[in-house]
Amino acid sequence: MQSLVFLIPLAIVVGLVALGIFFWSIRSGQYEDLDGAAERILLDDEDDQ
Amino acid sequence: MSCCAADAAAAARPANLAVSKEELLLASRDLGDGLRQVDLAVPEMHCADCIRKVERGLAALPGVTHARVNLSTRRASVKWNGDVPPLIEALDGLGYAAHLFDADAEDGDPQLARLLRALAVAGFSAMNIMLLSVSVWSGADAGTRQAFYWISAVLALPALLYSGQVFFRSAWSALRHGRSNMDVPISIGVLLAFGMSVYDTYHNEAHAYFDAAISLLFFLLIGRVFDHMMRDKARQAVSGLVRLAPRGATVLRADGGRDYLPLAEIEPGMTLIVAAGDRVPVDGSVVAGVSELDCSVVSGESLPQPVGIGSELKAGMLNLTGGLTVKATARSSDSFLAEMVRLMEVAEGGKARYRQLADRAAQLYSPVIHATALLAFLGWLWATGDWHQSISIAIAVLIITCPCALGLAVPIVQVVAARRLFENGIMVKDGAAMERMAEIDTVAFDKTGTLTLGQLRLENGEAVDPFAAAMAATLAATSNHPVSRAIATHFGSRPSGLSFTKVSEIPGCGIEAEADDGAVYRLGRADWATSAASPGPEAGTVLGRDGSALARFTFRDDLRPDAATTINALRTDGLATLILSGDQPPAVANVAGELGIDDYAACVLPAGKLARVATLTAAGHKVLMVGDGLNDAPVLAAAHVSMAPATAADIGRNAADFVFLRSSLRAVPLAFSISREAGRLIRQNFGLAILYNLIALPIAIAGFVTPLIASLAMSLSSIVVVANALRLRADNAGRRDAAEKKAAAAPAVKRTAVAAPGAR
Repeated sequence: MQSLVFLIPLAIVVGLVALGIFFWSIRSGQYEDLDGAAERILLDDEDDQ
Repeated sequence: MSCCAADAAAAARPANLAVSKEELLLASRDLGDGLRQVDLAVPEMHCADCIRKVERGLAALPGVTHARVNLSTRRASVKWNGDVPPLIEALDGLGYAAHLFDADAEDGDPQLARLLRALAVAGFSAMNIMLLSVSVWSGADAGTRQAFYWISAVLALPALLYSGQVFFRSAWSALRHGRSNMDVPISIGVLLAFGMSVYDTYHNEAHAYFDAAISLLFFLLIGRVFDHMMRDKARQAVSGLVRLAPRGATVLRADGGRDYLPLAEIEPGMTLIVAAGDRVPVDGSVVAGVSELDCSVVSGESLPQPVGIGSELKAGMLNLTGGLTVKATARSSDSFLAEMVRLMEVAEGGKARYRQLADRAAQLYSPVIHATALLAFLGWLWATGDWHQSISIAIAVLIITCPCALGLAVPIVQVVAARRLFENGIMVKDGAAMERMAEIDTVAFDKTGTLTLGQLRLENGEAVDPFAAAMAATLAATSNHPVSRAIATHFGSRPSGLSFTKVSEIPGCGIEAEADDGAVYRLGRADWATSAASPGPEAGTVLGRDGSALARFTFRDDLRPDAATTINALRTDGLATLILSGDQPPAVANVAGELGIDDYAACVLPAGKLARVATLTAAGHKVLMVGDGLNDAPVLAAAHVSMAPATAADIGRNAADFVFLRSSLRAVPLAFSISREAGRLIRQNFGLAILYNLIALPIAIAGFVTPLIASLAMSLSSIVVVANALRLRADNAGRRDAAEKKAAAAPAVKRTAVAAPGAR
């Protein structure tokens, strides 16, 4: 019973962090060009300009 | 070769991509500090190499500060300082056709981001609640169980408030208009389940349905997100196509200066310059210059029309050979295009609003379910007199019958079908279009640009004397006129033994050149190339030497690849076919004869097409209209369902439910068979969902439903429905397609044998 007191909040916090990261990735436009992201990994000298 | 070459050849590549610097500037956005940004559609990008080539090629131009490719949307976004860089030309040099597209398609998609966030919140809550529920199901003591349920309630709340809104809003707006859709029973089920679970948790009862309610939201949102992404992809693909209407026009001022003005600022009486290769911006009349115009988009006529001083022009016609000075006679909003838009609005207003299958199902489903729940409540109350137990059972009935599978039954099939169409180069605007497509019994085609490619081809190439042919090819190679291009393409480059000097193209007439044997050769209109008396308009194009005719060329507009097999396939499917064309009767009769279509109408005006389709509709027929021109736009909007090629005029493309990107007309029977297959799977899915309800409902009414059973049953039914939808890709449509091809192949061979002598 004692372990539940911190394990459950911990599980939820980890979940929240993951949710936060997902929100950040949407906002930073990472879902706008999924095909491009798959291909860009093949470019060896990408210069973001 | 890389992947790109093959794909580029497969895509329909429209000609005449003249984009002036002024137009580019007009389409760009001002970012401040002299920085401007423009988005270009580059449909032929396919791989990492394309990304690199395009980004580097653009970034190397003077003034360009930023170039970024979006491969999903096939667009390149460019920012620059100062003068407009030659973006289109640079990409053309790299081998990529690029063009401007409608700028109102905004960056990103707030709706998709909203749905993704809702899905993420529901996913987070569902996962954590399930985690807690599993421990409850495996036997937690009463104290722990209540604590877990309270945590679940707290986790469910944000999902309900944020993710649930997607459904609640739609349900509320349906209810407010006195209608019911699939979201109404979903919303009622989820809200009641949550409310009862909170009440039972407070009283420390054994059962709570937080897990069922929230995982229901999660599953349904997955369907919504897929649905939205699919439609979005289609919308972007369509809005990324070449814009046929010009953005502005060059106005000649009284003092002789020239301004490039946006279309909206052009007033009647202004003098406009329409260069060769430009489209006529607004209705007007010619005040100076002679030329030939390609009217195929406007009227459906396949042969170029000569114009001179005094000729009336309609907005959208393409100027082919010579520069024209035009006096505008109408504003952009009163021009031919605007007239078509008005006709379209009238047509759409008159069309009975189609109700989606899912909503019609909900219309039947929700009263039945709500009545059953009420009866269960009354029955238990009468039998036991226990209020709480009766309410619990009534709510359990609502939860277990909450149309999870039913809610997924339609969208998931449509998403899979849309994806299959997409792979075949067909965009579908929404799911309802596929439902309507499956109902059609008549297919009406436009001729020019739809049944045919809208490109001229030499008809009598073999009959022409080889020497004359070689000379004609040499002369034709110097010109961009469709007739010249047809001659040059047919003969290729052949040595004629003569070298020409002083080659000049005379607008509205043809090409004139002096050969080294001292004679003057003319290739062009018959009455100009020869000194003979006017031989009539159907004489075609003539090669003349010092006024005497050497060879005569006749042309035809080629049928699209597979036009004959398409018509056959449609006929095998039991569909009636007809042609509605604005072109001259002989040309239409020719095409109709070749395809074996008995029912055709020539010289039809847009309103006439509309009337014909309205007559058919009134007689109880469901018509699919396939058309491309401006003159087809109203009838595309009016027909039960409509289809347009990617080369169609902008408003036609926007009005059509389906847009096909490849040149083959096989897209039409393919879209029909996939839609019909999808319809069959949707009905199967409804069957499965009803079967599930028939099994689950008695258990719920008998009072045996625990949260574990509810969760299992709901997930299982959803998985069955999704799995059934996925069958569309692999087997049924594919097998059917192969069978159709085989069936169509036999008559096609016969047909070419018949057609061949005529074509020679």
